[in-house]
Amino acid sequence: MKTTLIIRRGSAQEAASHARFDVPFAPGQTLLDGLRWIRSHIDPTLSFRYSCINANACKECMMVIDGSVDYACTTRLHEGEMSVSPLPNKALIGDLVTEIAPPDERLVQRSRKSKT
Amino acid sequence: MHLETDVLVIGSGGAGMYAALEAAKAGSSVILADRSLVGRGGATVMAMMTVAVALGAQCPDHWENHLADTLAAGYGLCDEHLSAILCEDAPTRILEMDAWKVGWAREDGHIKQAHAPGHDRPRCVYVDFLRTGPAVSKTLRTQVIGVPEIRRIGDLMIVDIALADGVACGATALDLQTGNPVTISAKAVVIATGGLTRMYRRNSASLNMGGDGYALALRAGAQLVDMEFVQFFPIGHLAPRLVGLDPIMWDPFRYKLGGTLLNGNMEEFEQRYATDAGRNDGKYILTRDLATYAITKEVEAGRGSPAGGAYLSFRHVPEADLRRAFGPVIDTLAANGIDLAQRPIEVSPIAHYHMGGVCVDTQFETRVPNLFACGEAVGGANGANRLSGNGITECLVFGARAGLNAAQVARRAPQLWKPAAAAPALDLLARRRQSRDLNPAALVTTLQDIMTDKVGPFRTAEKLDAALAAIDDLTVAIGDAPVAGNTSFDTVLIDWLDLRNMLLVARSVVLAARLRTESRGAHQREDFPGLDPAWLFNQVLTLGDSGLELAKVPVARPTKAAAEARA
Repeated sequence: MKTTLIIRRGSAQEAASHARFDVPFAPGQTLLDGLRWIRSHIDPTLSFRYSCINANACKECMMVIDGSVDYACTTRLHEGEMSVSPLPNKALIGDLVTEIAPPDERLVQRSRKSKT
Repeated sequence: MHLETDVLVIGSGGAGMYAALEAAKAGSSVILADRSLVGRGGATVMAMMTVAVALGAQCPDHWENHLADTLAAGYGLCDEHLSAILCEDAPTRILEMDAWKVGWAREDGHIKQAHAPGHDRPRCVYVDFLRTGPAVSKTLRTQVIGVPEIRRIGDLMIVDIALADGVACGATALDLQTGNPVTISAKAVVIATGGLTRMYRRNSASLNMGGDGYALALRAGAQLVDMEFVQFFPIGHLAPRLVGLDPIMWDPFRYKLGGTLLNGNMEEFEQRYATDAGRNDGKYILTRDLATYAITKEVEAGRGSPAGGAYLSFRHVPEADLRRAFGPVIDTLAANGIDLAQRPIEVSPIAHYHMGGVCVDTQFETRVPNLFACGEAVGGANGANRLSGNGITECLVFGARAGLNAAQVARRAPQLWKPAAAAPALDLLARRRQSRDLNPAALVTTLQDIMTDKVGPFRTAEKLDAALAAIDDLTVAIGDAPVAGNTSFDTVLIDWLDLRNMLLVARSVVLAARLRTESRGAHQREDFPGLDPAWLFNQVLTLGDSGLELAKVPVARPTKAAAEARA
């Protein structure tokens, strides 16, 4: 099976751009599987947060998937197109990575300008 | 950017958070650094069930009984001083966690203790339902947040320990958000980075468990011990695809509900291996190493399940009992299309834990002054095979001890920091380059394939030689200068720095496994079956000028006089 992931790329300083990636998958595979596949097969610069892989324990991989906020690790890939973008209400760092740590857990404790 | 603190703790799993708490309690300022989010990454949050402790709440117990089981599971290789600390301190830590409202499961007014494989009695506490790790993480995180002396910093990856005349004096780090270097001066440094299971294709850990702490320790001049002993958890989830749960989740199901392992022909086979190994205790439980062996041998004999493992069936358990025992987990399973009352699932061994690690003394200090280690990052306490339930226990106990000792060192040590201490790591980061030809993410998966296929639970000289050659090739491929993408949150650079660590650590595992020409615990040599009493030694690794050097050392055991004095 095949899906096309349309991913919002770039940092807060850059104009928004969208990249399309064709990703093969087996039924049951998740968006996180697809994103990791892109990194090892097509573009290692694609960035997104995750730690626990598929256990939904670390809660780091939250993003906007087909218009709704969800976890990449528990959202299944489907055929056709899937749109993926960073959380809109958090400061953007790059690609799908946003500032989700509490303010007092940041190296620089001033808040960044959010750009959505 | 430059930061200054008394104690730097690297890693914010259970061990790191406990170390930070104890160090702050003893009067130190602390930086708690994590490459991910504080208290979210690492292995602790993934733990699903048991924590071993001789509380005596379920039935009478004493920590020396816990110690006896720990030493028996370790096949003679445990550093008995560390094992004794693990078992003796456990009740204090578990009760402190209870006072902090972690929520240990209770029964008839007392903390409930379950009977896990390898224990002589019910000894393991837990939090329902499969919430042990998240509850432990959350509880410690709440404590840490309440201590102003602890500065928490996420998205900070430690590149190397900084040294002043051979003494640890801080670290050089990478701010993952900007890619800028950060230097940290500290009077004492605690490595709490967990294990190395990310080096394997199928693992039950997190992205962060690539063995960074082992590489940091080696390059700083510390030693590693028992690196050949990687524990495989026998019944990791294999099929159908399951998300939203840790793949090691089936163990608690088995403790509570039984659960039957079947081969591809739907035949039970565990008893057969238990009998063969002379370990049939009539309780239908194999230790992890034996169960891994049994499943692998069934698959090799052509009796595997369709996905290449074994079936695990709960069809004998009434649906109401399933729901009572696991409540919301049953719904998560249903969302994955799994109905245990109807169909068995498939399981197979999965990389789970590393017995080996950084060599420390009973103060949890390495041979590098002012450099400490704790938690899974420490080697020795579990010998050749870890007893189930000792993972979280050691992270709490060793974390607390290391944090306290680091604070005591920090109290009397001067700040030894000088800019030259960070120069080698800063120079490395400054040499980063872009390369279209190298995909570090792809090379990480290549390394995972090598380790899984050649350095899994069953090894031969031929496979280990092939692994070493492949690791050599990868080491040449990544080169000496970091490859970077020069993007915000530079995942290319992160992967390159991880590979630098992982390749050194993979080499440590392979070299130690190659020399150990016997089968013991988690290290099984198909070309050298069975225990060889001549190998009742630990192997210690040092990074010298000409690369990794190995030495055989006697197992650390208390002297008879010390044991009698204790009694």
